[in-house]
Amino acid sequence: MVNTAIVLAAEEPSPIIPHVSEMILGLVAFLLLLWVLQKFAFPRFEALYKERTEKIEGGIKKAEEAQAKAEEALETYQAQLAEARAESARIRDDARLEAEQIKEELRAQAQDEAARIVAAGRSQLEAQRAQIVAELRADLGRHAVELASRVVGESLEDEARRRGTVDRFLDDLDSVSARN
Amino acid sequence: MRALWLAEGGEFVPPGAGDFNLPPIFLGITKPMLLVVLSVVIIALFFVMASRRLSVVPSRFTFVAESVYDFGRNNIARELIGSKEFRPYVPLIVTMFSFVLVNNIFGLIPVIQFPTFSHIGFPLALSLLVVYPLWHYIGIRRHGFAGHIKNQLVPPGVPKPVLVLLVPVEAFVKFFMNPLTHAIRVFAAMFAGHLILIVFTLAGQYLLLEASGPLKPVSLVSWAFAIAMTFVEALIQVLQAYIFALLAANYISAALSTDH
Repeated sequence: MVNTAIVLAAEEPSPIIPHVSEMILGLVAFLLLLWVLQKFAFPRFEALYKERTEKIEGGIKKAEEAQAKAEEALETYQAQLAEARAESARIRDDARLEAEQIKEELRAQAQDEAARIVAAGRSQLEAQRAQIVAELRADLGRHAVELASRVVGESLEDEARRRGTVDRFLDDLDSVSARN
Repeated sequence: MRALWLAEGGEFVPPGAGDFNLPPIFLGITKPMLLVVLSVVIIALFFVMASRRLSVVPSRFTFVAESVYDFGRNNIARELIGSKEFRPYVPLIVTMFSFVLVNNIFGLIPVIQFPTFSHIGFPLALSLLVVYPLWHYIGIRRHGFAGHIKNQLVPPGVPKPVLVLLVPVEAFVKFFMNPLTHAIRVFAAMFAGHLILIVFTLAGQYLLLEASGPLKPVSLVSWAFAIAMTFVEALIQVLQAYIFALLAANYISAALSTDH
C-alpha cells in the first residue's frame, strides 16, 4: 500500500503544470464553439434585439404620432369652435345692425308718410278754403249788388259786372285786410 | 481505483492532486477532454436551436437562451467595454461565459461530476492563447505598438521618479501575471471545490466502512457536509464563469481605452 502510494505520488504531475494536449484541445474547442455560435446563432439574437427595439420604438413613434394627430385635431376643433363663435357673434351684430337700420328706415318712411299726409291735408284745406273764399266772394258780391239794387231800385247787376265795381271793392277789402 | 485502495487497507488516504489525473478512457483520451468536446456540443446545440426559434415574444426555452446571451452581452460586455464599442466582442464574451459555465457545472452533474477547468490547461488555453493575444492585438490596432505598450505601462498623472518603480511592476503584472491569474482563478476554485467534495465524500465512505462502530454514524455528517459544499460549489461555479468572462471583457476594455 505504502509502495503504491509512493509510486502514485511520483507519477502525479503537479496540477499547475498544464497538459499541452489539453491546452490545444481547449483552444480548438473554444474557437470552434465561437465560430459556430458567431456564424449560426448570435446573428439571430442580434437581429432579434434589433427587431424588438424597432418594434418598441415603432410603437412609441406610433403613439407619439397618434398623440400629435389628436392634438392637431383638438386644435383644429378649438379653432373651428372659436371661428364659429366669432361667426355667430358677427351674425348677431349684423342682425342687430340691420334691425336698427330697418327700424330707422321704417321710422323715416313713416315720418315721410306723415309729412306727406299732413302736406296733402294742408293743401286740400288750402284749396277748400280758396274755393270757399271764391264762392263766398261771389255770393257776397251778388248779395251786395242785389241789396244795393233794392236800395237804388233798379238793377245794377249789369252795370256792376261791366264796371267790375264789386270786384274792385272786394279787392280793396282784401288789400286792406292784407295790409293789416 | 480509490475504492480499490480502500478495500485493500484500513488506512485513510486523503485524496490529492493525483485524483484529478484520471486514466485515459481510450487512445490517450481522458475524461476532461471528452467533457470539453461534450460542452461544445451542448452549448452549440443550445444556442443554435434557440436561435432558430427566436421570436419577439419568447417561449420558455428561447427566454433562457436569451437571458444567457443578454447577460453576457449587456451585463458583461456592454458594462465593461462601453456601449459604443462592445458589439464586436459580444460573441467572444458570451461564448466564453457559457463555455466556462457549462464546463464548471459539469462538476455537479451526476455521472459526469468533474469540473473540466480543474485541469489548468483549459483555462490557460482561454486566457493565454485567446484573451492575452486579443488584448495585445486590440491595443496595437487601436494605439499602435508603442502607444499600446505606453498605454498599459505608464499610468497617466504619475510623477516621473515614481515611474521608475511603477513601470516594471506594471509590466510584470500586465504582461506576465494577468493571463496566469486569469486562468488560475477559475482553475483554483474548481480544483479546490472538487477536492473538498472528494474529501468529504470519501471520508464519509471511509468512516462508514472502516471506522470502528461508534464512529460510523459520523459518516453521515461528512456526507451532509459534502451536500452543503455542493451547493456552495454551484454558486462558485457560476460566479467563476462570470468572473472569467468579466475579466476578459475588462482586458479588452483596457486595451481599447486611452487612459485606463
